[in-house]
Parts: sequence; C-alpha cells; structure tokens
Amino acid sequence: MSHLDTEIQELKSDVLEMWSLVINQITKSKEAIVNFDKEIANEIHVNEKRVDAFELKLNMDCEKILALFNPVAIDLRFVLAALKINYNLERIGDYANGISHVVLDSEKPFCEELLQETRILEMFETSIEMLNEAFASFEKEDKHLVANLFYKDKKLDEVNLEANKIIARLIQKDPQCIDQSLNLLSVIRKLERVGDQTLNIAEEIIFFIEAKVLRHSRPKKIGK
Amino acid sequence: MKDTDTIQINEKDTLTYNGLHKAEAKNVNLFYKDFHALKNINLVVKPNTVTALIGPSGCGKSTFLRLFNRMNDLIDGVKITGDVMLEGRNVYGKDIIVDELRKSVGMVFQKPNPFPKSIFENVAYGLRVNGFNHKDKMEDIVERSLIQAALWDEVKDKLKKSAYELSGGQQQRLCIARALAIEPSLILMDEPASALDPLSTSKIEELIYDLKDKYTIIIVTHNMQQAGRVSDYTAFFYLGELIEFDKTKTMFINPQNVKTQNYITGRFG
Repeated sequence: MSHLDTEIQELKSDVLEMWSLVINQITKSKEAIVNFDKEIANEIHVNEKRVDAFELKLNMDCEKILALFNPVAIDLRFVLAALKINYNLERIGDYANGISHVVLDSEKPFCEELLQETRILEMFETSIEMLNEAFASFEKEDKHLVANLFYKDKKLDEVNLEANKIIARLIQKDPQCIDQSLNLLSVIRKLERVGDQTLNIAEEIIFFIEAKVLRHSRPKKIGK
Repeated sequence: MKDTDTIQINEKDTLTYNGLHKAEAKNVNLFYKDFHALKNINLVVKPNTVTALIGPSGCGKSTFLRLFNRMNDLIDGVKITGDVMLEGRNVYGKDIIVDELRKSVGMVFQKPNPFPKSIFENVAYGLRVNGFNHKDKMEDIVERSLIQAALWDEVKDKLKKSAYELSGGQQQRLCIARALAIEPSLILMDEPASALDPLSTSKIEELIYDLKDKYTIIIVTHNMQQAGRVSDYTAFFYLGELIEFDKTKTMFINPQNVKTQNYITGRFG
C-alpha cells in the first residue's frame, strides 16, 4: 500500500468515525425529545464539541493530502468528497445540538398527541435510516446503497410541508400548547434539513465513485 | 475530441492552413527494426493548444513526438507506416524537404543545449543558417523572440555575453527563444523542465501557457502535475499504444481507462 493509500484509508476511517458520532447525536436527540431527557440533551450538547473538533481535523487532513500528494482521478474525487461530506456532517451535528437545546429550554415533556400528529418520530426514523444507508454506501463504496435516499428525503419533505397545517390546527384546538408546538415545528424543520444534508452527502458519494455531478440536477423539492 | 469545438486560428494559420487540425497522426505505426514502438496511433492536435504526452519510460511518447520533425529518421532501422500530418501535409510525403520541415517545427530538449556563442547569436542562429542576414530585422526578431520567451528583461544588457553564463532555467528559455525565432508552426518539447529547479520550472510553465496564444505545442512530461497545469489535452501512452486521449481536466478527474487511472494515481503495475 502506497503512502497516499494509507493517508486516504486513514481519512476514510476518520470520516466514518465522525459519521457514527453524528448518527449517534441524531439518535440521542430523538431519545431526548421522546423521553424529555435533559441529561441526554446535555450529553448531545457536550458531544457537539467533538463533532466540531472532527470537522477541523478532517479539514486539515484533506488539506494535507491535497498539498503533499497532489491526488488525481479517484483519489482526488475521494478527498473532495470527504471535504464536503465533512461539512455536511458538521451541519447535521449542529441540527442535533439545536434539537437538544429545544429539550433543554423546555419546561415540560412534549404531549403525546403532538408527537403523534406531527409524525416527528417517523421523521427521526427516516433521517437516521438515511444517514445509516449513506454511511454503508460510503464505507462499501457502493452507489446502489444510496438509491433509496432520494425517495426518503421526499417523505421528510412531505411531513415538513404538512407540519404547518397540523401545528396550526393543534394550536387552535389547545392554545396552551403553543410553545411546545412551535418548538416541535423547529425540530421538524431541522430534521427536514438533516434529510437535505444527507442527500448532499449521497451526491458526493456518487461523485466520488462515478465522477457524476448530480448537484442542481435533482427534481425540485416538494412545495418549493 | 469533437471537431465542432470552437477554435481560433490565428492570422498566420489562416494564411497557410485553413483546416481544423494543426497536426495529426493517422494509423501510425513505427518499428525500430523488429521492435514495434508505436502501434496504430490516431491523434489530432488542434491549433493554439498544448497537448501533453504522458506515460512510463519506453512507452513511445518521445518517439511519437519526434515523428513531427522526422528526428526518428536519424535512427537506423526505423520503419514508419501511416500518415503524419502537419497543417494538412504529410510530413513523410515525397514532396517534403526535411530541412524545410524542421524550419517549421521547433524543438526544445530535456537539457538546455545553447550553442557556444553569444546570447544574441544563439537566437539568431536558426535565421542565419536559413540565409537570413538583414541586420536591423535580425535585431528586431531576436528581441521579439527573447520577449516571447520571457527572457528579454534578464539579458537585454548582455546580449553579447556567452550563453553559458546564463543559469540552467535561463538557458532553457534561450533555447525556446531560439526555436521561436524561426516562427515555427509547431513546437515540440521533450521534458523541457525536468532538469530545472522549481522556480525555473514555474517560469517555463508560464511561458508555455503564454505561448499558446500564438503557437501550438506538444510536450512530453513525466510530471503529472505539470501536464495538468500546462496542457489542454493529454495523451496517455503505454507499450506503444495510445491508451487514452482527452481533455486534460477529464483525464485527471475522471479518466475512462483503468490503465490511465492506475498510471496517473501512481498505482501502475
């Protein structure tokens, strides 16, 4: 194995480690919302610093490979993809942290009806599935594993689009839950963005494997 | 390559040649006695472009380069089939006078090879051997060639000094000026910066980039980054075959042939 191969394997390993951490952050943010667990929310907030540190480290690793090894072809595409995936993962980490703050700033657990009606748990599950599928695709360098992500992202978009109406109806029905409703609306928005970021990651994986640029060629988002 | 791409043909080209291709190899095979050094090569060089030839040692890239000024003729036992075209004329045609051909094809070698003469005389040499001796015009041409070779400012006050007093990088640019003085149709460069330090290499690369406005250049290089920096098109040769030829950007981001990918990423063999 050449020196460049070793560097690229290490970079891949670090990206996957950061990725696992980010998936964990989103999974925990779901637990924090469902169980109204401020301890877990606080844990997410602390771990956010690790996500940020990973981002800086991966940026420097990519810079080093670009500067010292002048990679070309598939090596170049891998490093460029890793740089962008790193950025997207960091953003997803930010969303998990944002969700943890919703829990930390709330005074009482979210009512079951709100969670059910807004389909927020379904959104969490879909987001986590998307992240796991993209992870497997990157790890195995298999583009087929991201094929379903585009459909799953549409699902997130649909829930997000419906959320306004549902929240408005629930607020009319019970004006006491206005704070909780608006907080959940912000969580829904964040999960919708997690889907978008994961889709960006999928595009980078396809660029790395196939040299195809999908950016800006996707169908327009529902409702936009 | 698409022949429909927009290309610019400068005034000189328009006067001498209206075709789209500056140089072209059509089904070219070359044998050194029994050794088949080039195997059915087809390649088109457009005007005002830089084409880089890359590949491992012995792959045939320098042999291919030397087709265009018939330097392979000097080697015993060489046999060439197919057509090597320069501005629409077959370089190996019966009507071609080799000395005349070499006036229109400049060549720069790996190591700078100035003549043991003054800086001025080195540049003027090509013109003098072709019978040109007009003093005022000669001075103009020498100055213009040295300016084009980005050397004028460094040597304008010592034109009568020996070329050997120049640094390696300056000597190489002097050799380029010498090639430019005869206003060649095509410039061949065989690893022109491989013996130079990074600063001199950078100057040569910038020069190649600037010369593209007026000249067409084919360059052999072992330096992948250099091929990426200076060329518009890249051809990858392996064991006498042209494996892949495409725009340089495509070759270095998404080569289509696995052999090209393995070579440029250093995973060959």
